[in-house]
Amino acid sequence: MTIDDKSVGSTDGKSKRAVTVNVIKPASGWAAIRLGEFLEYIELLYFFTWRDIKILYKQTILGFTWAIINPLFQMIVFSVVFGRLARIDSDGVPYPIFSYTALIPWTFFATALTFSSVSLVSGANMIGKIYFPRIVLPLASTLAKLVDFFISFFFLAILMLYYGITPTWNALALPLLVLIMVFCASGAGIWLSALSVQYRDIKHANHFVVQILMYSAPVVWPVSKVPEQYRLVYGLYPMAGVIEGFRSSLIGTTPMPWDLIAVGGVSATLIFISGLFFFYRMERYFADVA
Amino acid sequence: MGDIAIRVENISKRYRIGLKEQAHDTFMGALADLVRQPLKNLKNLRRLTSFDDNSDDSDDVIWALRDVSFEMEVGEVLGVVGKNGAGKSTLLKILSKITGPTYGRASIRGRIAALLEVGTGFHPELTGRENIYLNGSILGMTKREIDLKFDEIVSFAEVEKFIDTPVKRYSSGMRVRLAFAVAAHLEPEILLVDEVLAVGDVAFQRKCLGKMDDVSSEGRTVIFVSHNMGAVSRLCHRGIFFDEGRVMAVGPIDTVIEQYTSHVLDKTQDYAFTPDPAKPIQFTRFQILNEKGEVSTYIDRLEDTVFELEYIVRRKIDGAAVRIMLDGIDGTLICRSADMDWAPGHYIVREPGIYRSRVVLPGKILNTGAFQLRLIINKIGVVYDRQGPFYFDLSDKGTFFSLGGPRGKARPGLMAPEIVKWETAKVGNGRGDN
Repeated sequence: MTIDDKSVGSTDGKSKRAVTVNVIKPASGWAAIRLGEFLEYIELLYFFTWRDIKILYKQTILGFTWAIINPLFQMIVFSVVFGRLARIDSDGVPYPIFSYTALIPWTFFATALTFSSVSLVSGANMIGKIYFPRIVLPLASTLAKLVDFFISFFFLAILMLYYGITPTWNALALPLLVLIMVFCASGAGIWLSALSVQYRDIKHANHFVVQILMYSAPVVWPVSKVPEQYRLVYGLYPMAGVIEGFRSSLIGTTPMPWDLIAVGGVSATLIFISGLFFFYRMERYFADVA
Repeated sequence: MGDIAIRVENISKRYRIGLKEQAHDTFMGALADLVRQPLKNLKNLRRLTSFDDNSDDSDDVIWALRDVSFEMEVGEVLGVVGKNGAGKSTLLKILSKITGPTYGRASIRGRIAALLEVGTGFHPELTGRENIYLNGSILGMTKREIDLKFDEIVSFAEVEKFIDTPVKRYSSGMRVRLAFAVAAHLEPEILLVDEVLAVGDVAFQRKCLGKMDDVSSEGRTVIFVSHNMGAVSRLCHRGIFFDEGRVMAVGPIDTVIEQYTSHVLDKTQDYAFTPDPAKPIQFTRFQILNEKGEVSTYIDRLEDTVFELEYIVRRKIDGAAVRIMLDGIDGTLICRSADMDWAPGHYIVREPGIYRSRVVLPGKILNTGAFQLRLIINKIGVVYDRQGPFYFDLSDKGTFFSLGGPRGKARPGLMAPEIVKWETAKVGNGRGDN
């Protein structure tokens, strides 16, 4: 459906307030991304994010500690399996901190992707009963995971103290890396959430797709393993630059991989924007199909 | 006044219903399906969002609305009536932008809010306070508006003491009161309401009614969908009557209600069956009557429902039973009854002739809603005749308060009997442990 919002002066003369006129008509093909409308509902994005944060660890004993426990235990498993047994190269730093540094952005990406891809289906009842820009749902799911991200980041500081590692000046670029990470996760999340309204296969495929994505990202192994001539192509996977950037800037394994970050930043933006277009095209069916 | 608030022009809405499954009957067929099924599924799922591949009269396409046009002036309260599935809710969904029309257009002047359900987005783990903010912002209020109205909402819902308790610990009545309270404090220029009004206990319903009166007297434009003719005629100025997606009548509310009621009653519940001389015993006629003995689809659930059936016995028959099978509209079994239940020795010998049975289903047992009834004459191993299903509706037409009232629609379940008795006595003073 297309909605043309325009304001016209009230004609009854008593009120000087502008009256919104909504025109509802059938839509076809690509739809515009209604940024203005989204901004009107920015508070709703805030409330949904806040809801997702609030309810995440309700009625648990450990509460937000879970944000640390998950990557921590993965770190332990990886250190034993890949660090000890498989003796995978860790660019000269202890394997635990090598993998934990990667697990922080990775865990965010994986949980945000999983969470946002089901956001529309689990909000199906709401979608059928009230109108709001649907894009708010997957975005809120992604943003809510930032809390876990910051908590697990905090724990990295403790690990770094323990290993006596000081961050490099490149750590100042972390906000940029976080931005690319959020764009990449929410972009992919928008794509998958819109697809899963119609095709519930997404939910079932999610687990192994995330697994494959993890092993193809430099989480358990360093980017230095990638042959030089494929490096930039590999950089199209935005999480490659993000993860390697985290390592370089925080534990100084390699020089800052600006090339990967630049390529990854461009592709993350493309994923995000194409996701938006796809989402707004599919949006009109959500209430009928979800 | 005189300004047009809503103009609807030739709105149509098409839905695709159910995906038909083809059964396979061999093991190899089933095996081949494992491979073929994904492709078929893909085709079916794709069809959910595209209609281009087939003509409109394909049998899994239904038109929820067809060429609906009407206008509403600012400050008008419009009542929408019609049976279940007539397209009332679809109309509200289109006007509130939840879903788009297939054809046609509508223009709406003013800020619009739709209440298709109370408590949309309520989360059981969040406290009352948190849910007010969440629900309020879903309904389109800003945080500032909610801040300003917060105390009013809480006292309207009468949940002051529990405002910081998770909603999952609320009684269902409290939850509904809180949800309605948030909705009641919306201040849109145009309000769309779908039969969500009267919820909770009688005292709270009175409050809701008062609030609705305020809304309509404040000069707001309201579309009100309801099955409750009492509420509709009380709150609305004009009415619109839908049947099978089409507008049957628009006009002053009382005229529209009259047309609607007579339309519903016109649907005769008087059936005659073609005689078949080969059958030794056969149903000839069946009627569904209200307590007054009038043929009617709409029956007050507080009154008796009478099923009157006639059958002809052509040859003498021993031991057969004439039965009724009463089920919910979704097929949920409610009860079975047979005339031989009442016969001495549970055995009947039927001589040739024409017989008439009156089966009385007492009032105040079934809940409101739609039901189906089937007729059968059989004895062990032989089915002589069967007819049906026949459909009928039980309503709670009474007053505004009875809609969703203590025994009304808000209660789930097929039954709402009054035989469930409560007796409560004070058995201790509550001080000390005994």
